[in-house]
Amino acid sequence: MAYQHTIHQRVYRFEDLKDLLAKASPLRSGDVLAGIAAATYEERVAAQITLANVPLKQFLNEALIPYETDEVTRLIIDSHDTNAFEPIAHLTVGEFRDWLLGDEIDTSTLQNLKWALMPEMVAAVSKLMRNQDLIAVAQKCEVITRFRNTIGLRGHFSTRLQPNHPTDDPKGIAASMIDGLLYGSGDAVIGINPAMDSPASVSNLLELIDALRQQFEIPTQSCVLSHITTTLDLINRGSPVDLCFQSIAGTQQTNSSFGINLDLITEAYEATLSLNRGTVGNNVMYFETGQGSSLSANAHHGVDQQTCEARAYAVARKYNPLLVNTVVGFIGPEYLYDGKQIIRAALEDHFCGKLLGLPMGVDICYTNHAEADQDDMDNLLTLLGVAGCNFVMGIPGSDDIMLNYQSTSFHDALYLRKVLGLRPAPEFEQWLLKQGITDEKGRLTHSQAMGKLIDHLF
Amino acid sequence: MKKPAIKIADPWDSLKEFTAARIAMGRVGSSIPLAQCLEFKLAHAHARDAVYSTLNSEAIIYYLDHLDIPIIKLHSQAQNRQQYLQRPDLGRLPDELSVRTLQENAGAYDISIIIADGLSAHAVNSNAVQLVEALVKLFRSAKYNLAPICVVSQGRVALADHIAHGLNARLSVMLIGERPGLSSADSVGAYLTYNPKPGLTDESRNCVSNIRPEGLLHEPAAQKIFYLVQEAFRRKLSGVGLKDNAGLLPS
Repeated sequence: MAYQHTIHQRVYRFEDLKDLLAKASPLRSGDVLAGIAAATYEERVAAQITLANVPLKQFLNEALIPYETDEVTRLIIDSHDTNAFEPIAHLTVGEFRDWLLGDEIDTSTLQNLKWALMPEMVAAVSKLMRNQDLIAVAQKCEVITRFRNTIGLRGHFSTRLQPNHPTDDPKGIAASMIDGLLYGSGDAVIGINPAMDSPASVSNLLELIDALRQQFEIPTQSCVLSHITTTLDLINRGSPVDLCFQSIAGTQQTNSSFGINLDLITEAYEATLSLNRGTVGNNVMYFETGQGSSLSANAHHGVDQQTCEARAYAVARKYNPLLVNTVVGFIGPEYLYDGKQIIRAALEDHFCGKLLGLPMGVDICYTNHAEADQDDMDNLLTLLGVAGCNFVMGIPGSDDIMLNYQSTSFHDALYLRKVLGLRPAPEFEQWLLKQGITDEKGRLTHSQAMGKLIDHLF
Repeated sequence: MKKPAIKIADPWDSLKEFTAARIAMGRVGSSIPLAQCLEFKLAHAHARDAVYSTLNSEAIIYYLDHLDIPIIKLHSQAQNRQQYLQRPDLGRLPDELSVRTLQENAGAYDISIIIADGLSAHAVNSNAVQLVEALVKLFRSAKYNLAPICVVSQGRVALADHIAHGLNARLSVMLIGERPGLSSADSVGAYLTYNPKPGLTDESRNCVSNIRPEGLLHEPAAQKIFYLVQEAFRRKLSGVGLKDNAGLLPS
């Protein structure tokens, strides 16, 4: 169906909902590269005005990628809850934006919408929202998940300790792990990106973290971010797998380029659940996403990168994940050119994920060929802290020497906790206190824990 | 009065021997001390300068003159760095003048050696001459027929397909500046493609990465590339198929 809007006698016509969404998207280099972005500032606003008048119901009738050929579309349509949708079924996209900002809309109202919302509806409304709207609504959401601790409680803020090493050297990884723990990092997960995705190497790393965790009774979980097939293999061999990781995207074809499909994720999900290793809950999946992956895989079907990203959250939502991490600036300037685009994309992803009921964290990051620096990351970190982001990365000095990009440091997380009065996951906070790593006010004390950790690992 | 200690050191300094990660940085309050902040900023500045550095084609041509191989200058369709960064598709295509230059230089060659700025012209300016010298020596020892050496501005990896195809070469070796890391703004990657033609993707290539004085040195890098080239000609393929048997490769 075509849509149109006239501004000063100039008629803007949009071929279909997909075209309208792409043109209404705030400017980013990836959509320009794909050739689907608005050509002028006026056309972009014309698209936004048009989109504001589209009924939410229209998204149920007009699939962006055909139901018949895309399993993500099928998942979205088939899991839509008509009853939960009832309270907002009469709204247009624009009215939905206003509705979300209303004072009477509280946390539980939003939690009830989880299965009422299609990712495309959420993407659409985000395109009409300013950054402060994205923050204000996300802050009303609360998504709590549990494995060995409780993540996402209001007033709490967690970190993934990411102790990567270019050759997976166990001592190199251990050194970064100690550094992170002594800086209070690691309550979301201790998660390593392996340089080598071989079962033997991944298994060694899992054993390394698991032994440390058990020895010091650390209430957290571990993960080596290998391909889901490697994890499945390791589960079958009896390796200590806490969480099952996978990168996911919003189109079947992109997922296929990652070597995955929904059946495979389901199989891995069930296998990981069956290990029953969680103590306070059983959210066992860890997903990573990021705008631009579908364009990069040449599998975007003309859908803008932010909408593709929101569709990935439908995949995540199916598996009750412990953590969903949008890796926002890793992909490079051809998708998100500068600090402004990276910041916008991160706030959109966090908002969309939260509204869809996901425990959103953000890898606040950039590469050296993007027009961004630490100041941009400081801005984004602070904005996400205000928005109630569940977790960010913790990397020594924010310099990942394996993946060659810059993310957030252990110090950055402490800054955020300090200026916003946020605390780690409660179980982890107790552990930090018991070890004497921090005091009641969350200040670092650096205790005798250090000597014991070093003795264990070296 | 004694100056109070503001900076708090981390007493696990000794662990630094196990990793190049920025551990045990110490702190002021809970923030990173200024010295470490500035160190990081300097590393980032080097990387940023590398991204915006320009290819010193004249110097490269001058220093490769003694090899007695024709050298041609080419340009992609990306007009400047800003466009190059946002439109990788344009960096993969030769501009009009380059297409004509390629036609004029077409022949029947075994190997096309291409030097491209990529994301760090600085890397290429620092490493390309010695690397090409080492490669040409090895290629000549195996009697390969070499195409004119191409020096390319605003180029991406897949541009090699158009170049080598235009020159009618059976294999391309592109030496290109890699995305600068915080500790390595001068790293060159070598991409090898058998039977190069427009439309190929990364699965068709083999890469030898991290070529720089603090990484893989020029001589061993050239040996490694030479080994892959010989295998590619012998097995008439490159990319994933060649990599699958990479156990044979000297590390």
